Amino acid sequence: MVTASWYLILAAGLFTIGAVGLLVRRNPLIMFMCVELMLNAVNLTFITFGRELGDIGGQVSVFFVLVVAAAEVVVGLAIVVAINRRRPQATADDLSALRG
Amino acid sequence: MLSVFAQAEIPDIQWLPLIPHLVMAGAAVVLLTIVSLAGSRLPGWFASVFTMAAGLGVLATAIPVWIRVSQWGPHSAVADSIGVDQFSVFIIVVLACTVILTALVADGFLHRESLDGPAFYVLLMLSAAGGITMASANNLIVLFLGLEILSLAVYVLVAMHLRRAESQEAGIKYFVLGAFASAFLLYGIALVYGATGSLNLIEIEGILQNSDLSDNGLLLAGMGMLLVGFGFKVAAVPFHAWTPDVYQGAPSPVVSYMAAGVKAAGFAAMLRVFFGGFGGLADDWQPVVFGLAIASLAVGSMLAIVQTDVKRILAYSSISHAGFILVGVQAATDDGVASVLFYLAAYAAMAIGSFAVITLVSGPGDEGTGLDSLRGLAARHPLLAAAFTVLLLSQAGIPFTVGFWAKFEVITAAVDARSFWLAVIAMLAAVVAAFLYLRIVVAMFLDAPDPDAPRLRIPRGPALAITIVVLFTLAFGIYPEPILDLADHAQLTLQHFSAR
Repeated sequence: MVTASWYLILAAGLFTIGAVGLLVRRNPLIMFMCVELMLNAVNLTFITFGRELGDIGGQVSVFFVLVVAAAEVVVGLAIVVAINRRRPQATADDLSALRG
Repeated sequence: MLSVFAQAEIPDIQWLPLIPHLVMAGAAVVLLTIVSLAGSRLPGWFASVFTMAAGLGVLATAIPVWIRVSQWGPHSAVADSIGVDQFSVFIIVVLACTVILTALVADGFLHRESLDGPAFYVLLMLSAAGGITMASANNLIVLFLGLEILSLAVYVLVAMHLRRAESQEAGIKYFVLGAFASAFLLYGIALVYGATGSLNLIEIEGILQNSDLSDNGLLLAGMGMLLVGFGFKVAAVPFHAWTPDVYQGAPSPVVSYMAAGVKAAGFAAMLRVFFGGFGGLADDWQPVVFGLAIASLAVGSMLAIVQTDVKRILAYSSISHAGFILVGVQAATDDGVASVLFYLAAYAAMAIGSFAVITLVSGPGDEGTGLDSLRGLAARHPLLAAAFTVLLLSQAGIPFTVGFWAKFEVITAAVDARSFWLAVIAMLAAVVAAFLYLRIVVAMFLDAPDPDAPRLRIPRGPALAITIVVLFTLAFGIYPEPILDLADHAQLTLQHFSAR
C-alpha cells in the first residue's frame, strides 16, 4: 500500500537533491536544473497534500508554480546568455570580481 | 474529480480596493505598449515622467482605499486573498514613493550610461506591483506570486548594465540565490498547507486559535522554511551573503530601489504571515527572529567597518538596518508592527537618498564607488556633501533626524515586549554602526579632493530626489508625529470579507 507519506518523502528527497546540487555544482545551467527540481518537488508535495485533504487548493497552486518556474527560467537563461557572450564557458567560480 | 470542480465558484470581486494594484501593474503594460508603438518619436524624458505620474496615480488612488478602510474596518477582497487594511495601504504608499524617487534618480543615470529606454521603468513598476501584491496578500500562493513578480523584475534590473561584467555577475548571483530562497519559501508554504489544510492566512489564524498545533512538526518545518525565504529577501544574517556583492555590482539606482522597496515589501509580507497568520504561535517563532536580529545587527555593523567600497559599506549597513527592523518584528505586538512600518518609511527615504548621491559621485560606468571617490567631496560640491551627511547621520540614528525616531520606536517596542537583551544589543550595534557612517563623513570633509577629479554635474532629477529625502529626514526628524500616527493606525488585522 503506497500511502501519502511515500510521496512526501520522495518529494523531500528530490528537494534535498536539488538544494545540494545547487550548492555544489558550478555550471549555471545545471544550477538552474536544480532549481527546477526543487520547485517540482514542491509541486509533488502540493498535489499529495491536496489529495489527502480533498482540497482543490493544492492542485491549483501547482499551476501557478509551473508558470513561475517557466518565467524564472526565461530570466535566468537570459542572464546566462548575456554572460556567455562576454565570457564563453564561464562557470560560477569564474564570476568572482565582486568580493571583499 | 468533477465534484471538486463543482465546488469552485467565481468570487465576487470588489474593484475599488484593487485600484492601486491595477494602476501600478497597468501603467507598466501601458508604457511598454506606448513605447513599442511610438518608438523613437517620443521625447527622452517620456518614460521617466510617465513612471512618476503612475506613482502619483497610485498615491492618489490609495487615499480612497484608506478612507474606505477607516470607515468599514479592515476586510478582504477577491475571495479573501487580498487584504484591504491600513497596513497594506501604508506599504503601497511607501512603494509608490520609492518608485517616484527611483525614477527621478534613474533619469540622469540611464542617460549617462547610454542605457536609455523604457525597460528600466517598466521593470521598476512591475516589480513594485509585485511588492504591493505581496504586502497585501492574505493567501500564501498570492503572496508567492507577488514575491516572484517583484523578484524576477529585480533580477533583470540588477543585470541590466550590459557593458559592466560586475552587473552581470551580480545578476546571476542574485538570481541563483533568489531562486534558491524562493524554492524554500514555496516548500514552506506547501508544508503549512499540509499541516493546516488551508492556504488562506485568515483561515490559518482561525485554525491555530481553535486547535493546538504548536508541536506539529510539519507546521514548524514550514514556518522555518518561510523564515528562510523572507530572511533572504530582507537580507537578514545568515541569509545575507548575496547582499554586498549584489549591491556593489548592480546599477546604483537599482540598488536604491532594492534597499527601499524590496526590503519594505519583504518585511510587510513577513509581518503578514508571522504576526498575522502565525500570531498564535508567536512563542515558536519569536526566538528564531530574536537570533536573526542579533546576528544581523552584529554582522552588519562589524563587517561594514573593514569595507573600502561605499556601496559595500551601505550594503552591510542595510543588513544592520534589517536587524533593527527584526527587533520590531520580534516584539510581536501592535506597537512592534507600527515601529516596523515607521522604520521602513524612514529607511526607504535614507537609502534612496544615499544611493542617489553614490549614483552621482560614481561617475561614468558606475566605477567610482570606492571610498576614495568620496574624498574631499565637501570641497568639490559642498551641498551634495551636506545632503549626504544628513542622510548618513540619519542612518546612524542621530537625534533630530527621522532615523533616530525609527531606532527609538523599535527599541521601545522591544522593551515593552520585555526583550531587554535585544534592546541592549540593538543600542550597542547602533553605536558601532555610527562609526562607519562617520568614516564616510570624515572622508568627505577632512580629506583633500583628487585634483584631477572631474567636475560634478548634477542633473535636475536626482537633485530634486535628494532634496525631497533630505527635507523628509529633517522635517519628520523634528516633528515625527504625522508618520507615527499613520503607522499607529496601520494596524495589521486579518479579516474575512464582510458584505455591507
